Formats: sequence, structure tokens, C-alpha cells
Amino acid sequence: MSDILVDIDKMHFERGDRVIYDSISMQVKKGGITAVMGPSGIGKTTLLKLIGGQLYPDSGEVMFQGENIHQMSRKRLYDVRRKMSMLFQSGALFTNISVFDNVAFPLREHTGLSEGIIETIVLLKLEAVGLRGAAHLMPSELSGGMARRAALARAIALDPDLILYDEPFAGQDPISMGVLLKLIKELNSALSLTSIVVTHDVKEVLTIADYAYILADKRIIGEGTPEEIRNSSSELVQQFLQGNADGPVPFHFPAPSLEEAFMTGASLSGASKKTSFKKDVAKKEILKGAK
Amino acid sequence: MNWLINLGAGTLAKLSAIGNASLMLWGGLFAIPRLKNIPLIIQQIYVVGVQSLLIIIVSGLFIGMVMALQGYTILVNYGAEGSLGPMVALSLLRELGPVVTALLFAGRAGSALTAEIGLMKATEQLSSLEMMAVDPLRRIIAPRFWAGVISMPMLAVIFSAVGILGGHLVGVEWLGVDSGSYWSIMQSTVEWDKDVINGVIKSVVFALVVVWIALYKGYDALPTSEGISKATTETVVLSSLAILGIDFVLTALMFGIN
Repeated sequence: MSDILVDIDKMHFERGDRVIYDSISMQVKKGGITAVMGPSGIGKTTLLKLIGGQLYPDSGEVMFQGENIHQMSRKRLYDVRRKMSMLFQSGALFTNISVFDNVAFPLREHTGLSEGIIETIVLLKLEAVGLRGAAHLMPSELSGGMARRAALARAIALDPDLILYDEPFAGQDPISMGVLLKLIKELNSALSLTSIVVTHDVKEVLTIADYAYILADKRIIGEGTPEEIRNSSSELVQQFLQGNADGPVPFHFPAPSLEEAFMTGASLSGASKKTSFKKDVAKKEILKGAK
Repeated sequence: MNWLINLGAGTLAKLSAIGNASLMLWGGLFAIPRLKNIPLIIQQIYVVGVQSLLIIIVSGLFIGMVMALQGYTILVNYGAEGSLGPMVALSLLRELGPVVTALLFAGRAGSALTAEIGLMKATEQLSSLEMMAVDPLRRIIAPRFWAGVISMPMLAVIFSAVGILGGHLVGVEWLGVDSGSYWSIMQSTVEWDKDVINGVIKSVVFALVVVWIALYKGYDALPTSEGISKATTETVVLSSLAILGIDFVLTALMFGIN
């Protein structure tokens, strides 16, 4: 049996007129932690939604355990989703029920287990993320880091094969970040999971990842083990790793030169600016006429 | 040519919205048979139905009282104040009960449903349900849909009943209309299928439309604060217009052609 769990082949995805992915290919090995890194707004969450079958690519394939996610029937897709979990950036806990009920939710929906067994499983999952004592709390009573850990307990409730982490470290303090890193690493090996971690926290994720991809400018600009990534000779990869403001990924959004913009006025980028600029000129003309 | 492109794009967007809303209605209608969903429906009946009771009872009482007051001042000129009972009852059962209940329901429960679903979308709760292999249409939309459809006709009946009592309070207790004639002429004039059942049919239709609009607007809302605010407003405006428009058509079908 193949040791590839998720296989993305020449996937092309557009949103409106904007190309998000231009024929990208990547493979996720079973049992490993694969990091997908890239600047904000590059469409990393979109990638997870494409793997989860919530979005459809314009061309190319996404295979999960050898099956094409986007050609499955709805019923089959829902069956397959029981083998994968996603940890959302916000946690996405149900705000009207307690932490305990949140973790119990997938068990109650998908298994016919008795309440006694469900309680044992939920408490064990909460213990794994260190929140057994917070089982009775409502999601609004949790801090951001705790909410993410509670969501992680819910994500592992059904013992999935694959967990998709969407920006797990965003907005976390150093301690919470350390806790989450430890949890992702430990859960991955203890439960024999496969993890895909989408993030822009490069240094942190490279400490736990087995393999990493860097996404920028609609394509994969670098890939390899953390060691290979760190030693990459690609300027793009180095700019990303070192966090340089300018480089192959430009600091400025495409625009005409400053001189051109100020001298002619007509080439200010953005329709709204143009309109307001024209309105200002028209106002001046009217005022002149009045004098 | 630009106007033609805009017209085409606008038409396509509207058609696609109608298609999406129909698919959602389909999902909501066919999600009933699961036994597991019944506690969820009961819970939602409490939220959209029971919690709307106060506003329905208070409004029904005042509308009945005002109608008796207005009706009496006109009818007394012709010595026909004995017809106050049927006037109040028929207006409430045929028109005001179903229509005002639906308008109040759209404002009280419809807007809340839109905001709730919209926020669930904005906080990725609907996405997370999908990723947990739980269909949001079955788990979230269907129970709310059926709760609304079950609750609203009951609220309309309660509204009319309280209104008739309000009419009795003002007409009989305060203005001195004969209690016997208030009830007996009402009893002989109001017909079960023509007036009561038709009123209930109206409120079932209004319920379908209001809950459908409310749920679709929430499900389709842009997941931002402006998006949810716009969706909530649209729910109330569209529902109100739809109720009044459909009421005219239903009235014409039920009472217009003899």
C-alpha cells in the first residue's frame, strides 16, 4: 500500500478572476507532519478546504487514500470526512454548548455509544490536551489558546487518520504556542496521525515538521525537510525564512512609479481614489468659476 | 454595452441565489424523518415559538381592543353594535391574525434566525460541522425550518383568540355591548373551514416563506459584520413584503371568487 495519504496533482484553483493556485502538486506522507507555509492571504486555508472537499479545484486532482475527493458522491465524501478532522483558526467551537458537549458532539452524531462510554472518551481526549478540568466551562469562558486546545480535543474525538491544522499558532502567546507545538507533535506520534499544518510561523513549525512546502505567488517556491529548507539557496525561500520586507516577493503592491502617479494624477491605482481625485479637481474648477 | 453586461451578471446572480435557496429548502424539507432531530426541533420550537408568545399575546390583545373601539364607534351609529363580535372575529381570523403574527414573527424570530446562522457561518461553525461529516442542512437548518412552520400557525391562532378576548373586554365590559349577542352572532357567522381553516392555511404559507427567507439569508450572508447586518435587514424587509403580497393573492383565492 502506498505511504502517501494526500496527493495533490497539478491543482489549479481560481476565485473570481484571481488565480489562487497555478497548477501545484504536493504529497503528504502517512504518519508525518507536513507544514505548508506562506505569507498571509496566499490561500492557505483555501488549500485545506480543497483537501477537505469543501471547495472544488478548476482542474487537477486531490486524492485522499487513493480516492479522488472531488469525484466522490456526497455520501462517500461524508464517510471519508470521518477519517479527517480540521482544527479551525478560530477553534469554531459551538458557543451554545459546554466544552464537554463540544467534544462529545462528533461521538454522539456518528457512534451509537452509550453516554457512559462517551463520557470516558471525552474526558480522556480532554486530558490529552490538558483541559479535563475545564470540561464544564462554556467556550466563551476559555482563552484563545484554551479554545484551540478544546477544539483539538474535538478534532481527535473520532480518532481520525488526518488532521488539518489551520494557523494553529496565530495570535498565541509564547507559552500557548509551546503547548500547541508539543501537543501537535505528541498527538501525531501517539495516535499515529498524519498532520498538515498550515501556518506562517516558520521557525516554530520547522521544529516539529517532517516535511515542508512554501507557497508564494500561486505556486510552491520551495519544499523539503526542515534542514533542506533552511539551507535552500533560493532567494525566495531565504526571504521568507528571514522575514525580509523586500526581495523577490516585493514590498509594494504593483503600481505605476511615484513620479508618474504624482505628475499626471491619472494613474493613481484604485478606482475609488481615481474617482475622489477627479471629484476634487471638479470641485476646484467649480470654485474657480464662482470666484 | 456595459449596462447589458451588468444586466446579464445581475440576472445570473439572482437566478443562482434562487437556485441555492431552493436547494436549501429541499434539504430542509427532506431532513425531517430522522428521529434524532426531533429533540432539536422541540428545542427550536421553544426558541422561535414559546419565546415569541409574549409579543404575540400583547399585540393580539391591543389589536382586538382597538378594533372593538373603532368598530363600536361606527356600528353604534347604525344601531348595529351587536355585530361587533363577528366583525372583530372575522377580521382577526381571516386577516389580522395570520398577517400581523407573520410580520411580528419576521421581526422577532426571523431576524434572530438570520443573525444566528450568519454568525455560525462567520465563526466557521457551519464549516466545522461539514468537516465533522455532519450536514449543516440537517443539523442546523432543518430543525429551525420545521420549528418555524409548526410554531407560526399556533401563534396566529393564539393571536386571534387573545384578540377576540380583547374585543370582548372593550366592547362588552367597557362599552356595554350585549355579551350574548357578541358571542352568539359571532358563533353563527364564523365558519370553521371558510374562516378558521383558511386563516390557518395562510399562516402556514407565511411561515414557510418567512422561515425560508430568514434561513437562506443567514446561510448566504457574507461572513462579516456588515454582511450579517445587511442579511438581517433583508430578512425583515423581504419577509414583510412577501407576507403582504402573498396575503393579497391568498385572499383573492380564498374569499375573492364566489
